[in-house]
Amino acid sequence: MNNIIVMPMMLPVLLGIILLFLRPYVKTQRTISLLVFLANIGISIYVLQLIQQNGVMRLDFGGWQPPFGILFVADSFSMLLVLSSSVVAAACLIYSFSSVKPSFEKNFFYSFVLFLIAGVNGSFLTGDIFNLFVCFEIMLLSSYVLIAFGGRKRQLRESIKYVIINVVSSWIFLVAIAYLYGTVGTLNMAHLSERIAEVGQTPMITVISVVFLTVFALKAGLFLYFWLPGSYSVPITPIAALFGALLTKVGIYAMFRVFTLLFYQEQQITHMLIGILAALTLIGGSIGAVAYKDIRLVASYNVIIAVGFILVGLAVATPSAIEGSIYYLIHDIIIKALLFLLVGTMIAVTGQTRMDEISGLIKNHPLLGWLFFLTTLSLSGIPPLSGFIGKVLIGEGAVAAGAYVLLALAFISSIFVLYSLMRIFLTSFWGETIISKDEEVPAKKGWVVSTCILALGTIALGLGAEPMSVYIQDAAETLLNPQIYIDAVLGGN
Amino acid sequence: METLVTILAGVLVTVATYLLLSKSLIRVIIGTAILTHAAHLVIMAVAGLKTGTVPIVGEGDPVDPLPQALILTSIVIGFAVTAISLVLAYRTYQELGTDKLDKLRGNPDE
Repeated sequence: MNNIIVMPMMLPVLLGIILLFLRPYVKTQRTISLLVFLANIGISIYVLQLIQQNGVMRLDFGGWQPPFGILFVADSFSMLLVLSSSVVAAACLIYSFSSVKPSFEKNFFYSFVLFLIAGVNGSFLTGDIFNLFVCFEIMLLSSYVLIAFGGRKRQLRESIKYVIINVVSSWIFLVAIAYLYGTVGTLNMAHLSERIAEVGQTPMITVISVVFLTVFALKAGLFLYFWLPGSYSVPITPIAALFGALLTKVGIYAMFRVFTLLFYQEQQITHMLIGILAALTLIGGSIGAVAYKDIRLVASYNVIIAVGFILVGLAVATPSAIEGSIYYLIHDIIIKALLFLLVGTMIAVTGQTRMDEISGLIKNHPLLGWLFFLTTLSLSGIPPLSGFIGKVLIGEGAVAAGAYVLLALAFISSIFVLYSLMRIFLTSFWGETIISKDEEVPAKKGWVVSTCILALGTIALGLGAEPMSVYIQDAAETLLNPQIYIDAVLGGN
Repeated sequence: METLVTILAGVLVTVATYLLLSKSLIRVIIGTAILTHAAHLVIMAVAGLKTGTVPIVGEGDPVDPLPQALILTSIVIGFAVTAISLVLAYRTYQELGTDKLDKLRGNPDE
């Protein structure tokens, strides 16, 4: 019956294991992994439809009734994210067909991409907070391998820091879970929500919620983003795109889930704290985005700005702000993948990483240039592209809640995004063409296909805001009314 | 008994923090491993160290099996993470010729 909702995690895990045995057959590996993501896209669209008809779905593993067993819960929010992560994964995979060296492909590259996506999808779908930790670890372990793929000096140096910071944050996660279990005595999220609602959010529970906030802030790059620009600028292009698009978003997802389902009673403490952190993130990210000339660092700081922007929506927590955040989250998954792929392509064709050493690129690569321009417009929120509606809704919500400082910072940061990317566009694409066509590495077909898919994605998401809004409203409604989630999980026992 | 275990966890966290803050990469990795084990002790202590019978199949008052399941899972994950960080550290040492963290800062002109 509901077995289908485990597929977005199970398919990548199983086929990733099978791919381990198909090491020499690169073609087969490519086909299988692409098929997995296409299947996941299909499954998530199908499940989204089912959720609209039948409400939130759940699957109890091993027939253990909640709250005793581990379970997967699929609501519109998680399925929308699974859908967008599958689309992005498919696009990045197509990009990697023509950019990853055959020696990497023979060294389990595709297996680890599949495991990474399995962890990401598992985190979106799980209904148990310890299982969330496990899925995080699956995702992080694969990311430890993928970030070091290539073994260049700079890469190894940054990946060591990435691993250590993530191990320490996972430790905080584990301790937070221990405290939560010691205080409330359960780990099922719906059951937790019910029990916390019964006893009220005591100061003890609020402290635990702040420990959780620390963990997710480290993972999402909310204020604690010091590790992010270095780590996200070293991996090979398709992996950097996957990281930029998905890894921080999993932290954001966890924050939304935990602070709307479990710890929603003391909003003047927890949500104010999130608001302050979001404001600082916006400021820090904006300064970083305009401070560097390395285009990979500029792209990484743009990830940080987006994290701050999305969490403004959670901090004000009005219905339209939450809707806007969900919208912006989906938009950002697609557009950040596109941005990182384009930046990677620019570096691949010129061999330079600083924007002032690249010039006049649009003459030889017109499509690349216009796609970059489109990305810039979409990221800064020009209608009818996909960034617009999210920004409008978050702005509306912030006005309704009277959070004018956050509102101002959020929109000023958009100007910084526009400036930082326009600067790249003006210096690198316009101007005198300093590299002749013979010296450049020619662009490959796979690069064009994958970036065009994502560009179409951002246009479709912007133009198709109306049909999308049904799902997004449903997702926001479930987030704002924890009772819907609790009934779906604990009802019928 | 819980108090003793909590104090032991505190001691482990102290040791781990000391190791994490040292410059040698190997010490940092050992520090993370010890840190994880401190968390395991915390899980055990907050859930209560009861003396009961076997859960589910046993008779009488059973112990809570969940913390042990959590710790078991976490030990496996910790093992994998330590293994992979050791491999990474070895590769880093091979490529960069140092295991001192202060030499892994990178150049400002990059």
